Amino acid sequence: MLRYLTKLNTNIPKRLTNRLFHSTTGCHQTIDSKVDDGNLIGRPIYLDAQATTPLDPRVLDSMLPYLTSYYGNPHSRTHTYGWETEKAVEVAREQIANLIGADPKEIIFTSGATESNNIAVKGVGRFYASKKKHVITTQTEHKCVLDSCRALEGEGFTVTYLPVGENGLISLEELEKAMTEETSLVSIMTVNNEIGVRQPMEEIGKLCKAKKIFFHTDAAQAIGKIPIDVQSMNIDLMSISGHKIYGPKGIGALYVRRKPRVRIEALQSGGGQERGLRSGTVPAPLAVGIGMACDIANREMEYDHKWMETLSQRLMDRIYSKLTHVIRNGDPVHSYPGCINLSFAYVEGESLLMALKDVALSSGSACTSASLEPSYVLRAIGADEDLAHSSIRFGMGRFTTLDEIDYAADKCIKHVTRLREMSPLWEMVQEGIDLKTIQWSQH
Amino acid sequence: MASKRQILSLYKCLLNESKKFPSYNFRNYAVRKIKDSFKANRNLSDPSQIMVKMQEAKTNLEIIRRQVMIGQMYSTDKLVIENVHSIRVNL
Repeated sequence: MLRYLTKLNTNIPKRLTNRLFHSTTGCHQTIDSKVDDGNLIGRPIYLDAQATTPLDPRVLDSMLPYLTSYYGNPHSRTHTYGWETEKAVEVAREQIANLIGADPKEIIFTSGATESNNIAVKGVGRFYASKKKHVITTQTEHKCVLDSCRALEGEGFTVTYLPVGENGLISLEELEKAMTEETSLVSIMTVNNEIGVRQPMEEIGKLCKAKKIFFHTDAAQAIGKIPIDVQSMNIDLMSISGHKIYGPKGIGALYVRRKPRVRIEALQSGGGQERGLRSGTVPAPLAVGIGMACDIANREMEYDHKWMETLSQRLMDRIYSKLTHVIRNGDPVHSYPGCINLSFAYVEGESLLMALKDVALSSGSACTSASLEPSYVLRAIGADEDLAHSSIRFGMGRFTTLDEIDYAADKCIKHVTRLREMSPLWEMVQEGIDLKTIQWSQH
Repeated sequence: MASKRQILSLYKCLLNESKKFPSYNFRNYAVRKIKDSFKANRNLSDPSQIMVKMQEAKTNLEIIRRQVMIGQMYSTDKLVIENVHSIRVNL
């Protein structure tokens, strides 16, 4: 580890000085053969679409009028300034509703999926707390759902954290077994942010409906990317994020079913906006942005999805053709193709990320990427400690090109090969020694 | 009814404007999307449908023009991949 840290120390200042140099000169960078220890100079290519996506120019175009000319408070009822922004916010609400087969009245604007998840989990839990004090979720949920559940536990709730199989999917039998008379809520994410696995929503929804338990899903990574219908999937609450679908950061939405009605205890006190469930002025420009982002996603879902399949196939074909001992984390079929999580055995993930500095990648969730702990999602799917440490998530998006995929794959192949050549473990594996049988002596 | 010449000219306009996006990713996406969309609608015969698509394309052309300007105001250094193609250094 020390080796990697010293490497980090020598590399980062160099990168920083490069960047500073470019920003102070202010002019466009000339294309000459500037090479920085074997790497070309330039901004890294972006392959971290699960962390965030760039704002689609069409979305920005729809927002700009509301960031400049139309600045009214959408809740002002007495003048044009309020009316025009209110109308825009309502159009956005409809665009979001259309994407998920809901009624616009069932959409509540929030600051993002984290807030939506908090409102859903704590809000439903607390409202029904006098009768039901049990919540079911999974071990691979996003931190904000897990943390909200912990908060409920502090208030005397019991929470079941369902395990997942090696493919990252929950077992419906176990879910059914966990359900009791006491259960008020099941919260299971649609598409996992780290391994891209898609849970069986239809079946979970059916089960929840039969047992009269509310079903919440964190669909931040799924919305606009795979078809979602709250009616056919029996979803009662759904969290949506703006910046994962080429919309603006700082806005999200929560779908709350009206028939049969889902009651929520609001977390935030205030002016009673958004049916009293989320007080605070709705940021009209951001709402317009997420609305447009949903509208575009709705129209182009099939086109974008095909592109994701093309890109991910290209990435995997290229990597698998040159490297062995590469494991794909998560179910290969029940998953979203724009998120490919690979473990490169006998290579330390952090050192690989460090070597791939001209590709913006992550080993998992952005929330946990600062820590050197292996991802809890990978641990939950039963990945060995060493494999969990060697994982890299390739996040592709609408604006990713084939050239970028080729570049990232080639760089990856080059550095995995190089790092393995330096590894004594790899050498032993090449000689046919099974590492699991070795008795490591203690010093 | 839109003539073939009008459609072709709109297509060229869209492509030419899109190529001005300073962002590598937006530029490549726009070009790919325009080509694929025109290809997908190649066999449209209903004049009213063609008119709708033409109008959509004109709206998009305006958006691209504005967004290219904004992109030029806040452009960044080139991506590493843009430099690869001009230098061809071994990876």
